[in-house]
Amino acid sequence: MILTATFLSAFAGAGLILLLPERSAALARWIALLAALAGLGFATVAFLDFDSAGPHFQFLTNIPWIPQLGISFSTGADGISLVMLVLTGLIAVTGVLFSWNVTHRTRAFFAFFLTIIGGVYGVFQSFDLFLLFVFYEIVIIPKYFLIAAWGSTNREYGAMKLTMYSVAGSALVLLVMVAAYAASGAHSFDLFTLADPSKAHFAPGFQAWAFPVMFLGFAVLAGIWPLHTWAPTGHVAAPTAVSMLLAGVVMKLGSYSALRVAMTLFPAGLDQWRLPIAILATAGIVLGALVALAQKDLKFTVGYSSIAHMGFVLLGLMTLNLAGLGGSVLQMFSHGIIGGLLFAVVGRMIYDRTHTRDIAELGRMNLTKVLPFAAFTFTVASVASMGLPGFSGFIAEFTILKGSWTSLPWLLIPTGIGVVITVAFTLRALQRTFFASSEASTYTHPLDPITLPEKLGAVILMAATLAAGLFPSVLLDPILRSFQSPLMHQLLK
Amino acid sequence: MLTALLPESLLVVTALVVLGLGVSMPKARTTSTAITLLGGFLAAAALLLFPIDGNFLHGMVVLDPIARIFKLVILALGLIAAVFASESFPETHFAESLALILFGTVGMMLLTGTEDLLMIFLALELTSIPLYVLAAFNKTSRASAEAGLKYFLIGSVSAAFLLYGLSLIYGVTGSTNLLAISRATADPLLTAGIVLTLAGFAFKVAAVPFQLWAPDVYEGAPTAAAALVASGSKVAGIFILVKLLIAGLGHWSGAAGWGQFLPGWAPVLALMAAASILLGNITALVQSNVKRLLAYSAIAHGGYLLLGLSSARAETLPAVLFYVIVYALTTAGAFGVVAIVEKQSGGSRLDDFNGLAKSSPGLALCLLVFFISLAGIPPLAGFFGKFYLFSAAMENPSMLWIVILAIAMNAVSLYYYLIVLKHAFVLPACGDIRPAGSPASRVLVAALALAVLALGLTPNLLLSHLGKHAPAKVASLNTENFSR
Repeated sequence: MILTATFLSAFAGAGLILLLPERSAALARWIALLAALAGLGFATVAFLDFDSAGPHFQFLTNIPWIPQLGISFSTGADGISLVMLVLTGLIAVTGVLFSWNVTHRTRAFFAFFLTIIGGVYGVFQSFDLFLLFVFYEIVIIPKYFLIAAWGSTNREYGAMKLTMYSVAGSALVLLVMVAAYAASGAHSFDLFTLADPSKAHFAPGFQAWAFPVMFLGFAVLAGIWPLHTWAPTGHVAAPTAVSMLLAGVVMKLGSYSALRVAMTLFPAGLDQWRLPIAILATAGIVLGALVALAQKDLKFTVGYSSIAHMGFVLLGLMTLNLAGLGGSVLQMFSHGIIGGLLFAVVGRMIYDRTHTRDIAELGRMNLTKVLPFAAFTFTVASVASMGLPGFSGFIAEFTILKGSWTSLPWLLIPTGIGVVITVAFTLRALQRTFFASSEASTYTHPLDPITLPEKLGAVILMAATLAAGLFPSVLLDPILRSFQSPLMHQLLK
Repeated sequence: MLTALLPESLLVVTALVVLGLGVSMPKARTTSTAITLLGGFLAAAALLLFPIDGNFLHGMVVLDPIARIFKLVILALGLIAAVFASESFPETHFAESLALILFGTVGMMLLTGTEDLLMIFLALELTSIPLYVLAAFNKTSRASAEAGLKYFLIGSVSAAFLLYGLSLIYGVTGSTNLLAISRATADPLLTAGIVLTLAGFAFKVAAVPFQLWAPDVYEGAPTAAAALVASGSKVAGIFILVKLLIAGLGHWSGAAGWGQFLPGWAPVLALMAAASILLGNITALVQSNVKRLLAYSAIAHGGYLLLGLSSARAETLPAVLFYVIVYALTTAGAFGVVAIVEKQSGGSRLDDFNGLAKSSPGLALCLLVFFISLAGIPPLAGFFGKFYLFSAAMENPSMLWIVILAIAMNAVSLYYYLIVLKHAFVLPACGDIRPAGSPASRVLVAALALAVLALGLTPNLLLSHLGKHAPAKVASLNTENFSR
């Protein structure tokens, strides 16, 4: 029940905000914050309540929903789900905090925002394929409106591109779902049933096409190269909170579902397609980093860095060993926090004040003096993103590299190059934006100081990445244990 | 016998009363609407209170639980059109438009309750003729006149096709009764009859290549008339097509699976379905008038329905029937929003929807529900409808080719629905918009939106009835060698 409460509180918040009278922006904000806090609270309590010695899947709910098709409302959580649920809670709360200055159609903004959050919570706890897909699709439409109505650069184009990519990915997933339902003969969408070879059998020939189609369908959302181009344009067009959501949790929907559904249902297909996908993931790491190196727009730099970091997630998934898979899930959490933080600084702290994201122009503004807190936060986020020990990014990417050393060693060469370029573009953006020559400062217009909600949000996210970096076992232990469960253990080679 | 036709008789009486009222008190428009609704509720009560099953007049009138569900749905759609009539029909001769809606509804209801070729044709004509008049009802509008004329001309040609086809079927099998027809032996002439009959029905559901009338009629006709054409007429057309093909002509289905084509009606339907899905969705991308856009979307949705039928298996029938009901409710609601917007801003072009979210947020939210449901996004009914339809069609794995096409085109369709919603939610209003539309229409639109949401969250509300009765129905009519 406590899991269900996460998305119920988000949806209830959205509904309540819609019922408010028109001129109640402040109230809408507070309701959104309360709903987000409630969700984070429920997720955290569930995480703490999780019995690490108990069964692999806990908090299980199973209610028949559409029995004619074997569909049930089936939710629950293992360590992987719980880590992702906590991440969603953190991004939801900080997203509201960084949207505290939204004054244009505030009610609608927060109603759409909370709808996305509710959908994301739902995906991370669904153990019925149909239910998971329903939540997965709920996220699509609000994203469009949030970007098209509240976004900035090229917003209508960016919003439509992102939506069409998402829905194209969903179409691939839907196709495999209906085909798999007929092919399994189990008349069920229950993931436990479908993944059990004694109850549902998928012929190798079927898996050979079903796996890549479904995996790619999900991976579109995870920003797999070369289907990633929605991400930079979408991130740049989106308002701050939505960039945070996209990088923080929506991209993770793709990688999580690819792991939870595509990889567990079709192990034979996975074996066949593992190498090509690992190569695509590595291409994402290297090319994403290279393109980030060439950007003039700070938000585009962060947008392409997301592609590189998500490449690590996908590479980790393809290692098929405990270190790689566990590191991959940890990287989802880590990049969710760090990516969210970077977008918060660029979109809210800097762009909302300076109305430019041009790196050279920002460099002339002497931002370290004018907005010291923004400079501090961006520096912390950058070093975390580069993978400095002590922050979550280091332990996550290190574990993935360790995993691929044992199973895909020759891919470590390009990946290593990618790591170096990542350091290069992060340092370049950091140096040119904040630490360019200060004597040439021509900017005289005073900027609004950083507000309390922004500081609060930034502190929460910085604390989260630091805590996960210093005490990784808190997250990694439940994640690693989850891969021993009957649903997931067949992945390990 | 009289009880079996009681709902239809009540509607006819109501229509005559409304006609009389229109002559004696032409200004009493609210009263006419009230009487129409009262008559409709009485008919619904008669349907619910006297549920008799049976076969009357040698199959001319056949009643069973599933036909009753469809009569109820069609009645509801007729009354919905009657409520929206106050937004879109001219004030003069208003009562006549209501009476015509009622007559058309009677025709559709009779159509769902028969298993006889002659009665099918008569009921189809009783449906079509009032709809022709309704399409042309706005005498001051050239577009409306064009719509009526086009609908009438193409409709009568297709009726001729249908009649010829039915007469060939009768000539070969020696009976107009579906049960008797299903026992007849194969004959080349029968194939010709089936193809001609399909052409006639393809016109009814606006399937390619018989779709040309739809965009002009949807755009030019008064919006309430277009709503009835798009919803009630489609439900009745699909229902009787299902009955005719599965119950009467089940032996001659052939097969439409990839690489396993067998001659029969299934491959013909599959080709029409594929063409409709492609043409409807792609042409809709470039429309600038929302009613025209809905027409192309209707062509595409007709394609999805024919796809379900073309798999020619009893298991897909509940899915087809569920989908057509959901589609009709959704599209009726969408037309309701269009009718109110037309009254507010004077047209149904995309720009007329600008700023709708600001001027009437509730209406905009309903529009969002209807369009997102049409695009097949959960948790709305349109999603489950498509999902069920496609999974049912996939029970025959060789139908994968057309399911791939449908799912891909469904993703494309989100683009044009989103464009309309962009105008409503993102773009600012062009001028000052005063909210218009009667409270009844607004409440009805909201109720339809809630129904679409409820059927999406708990499809069982409807599915449990359809699933229970539909396969049993087929089985009773066609127990042995139902080919697939």
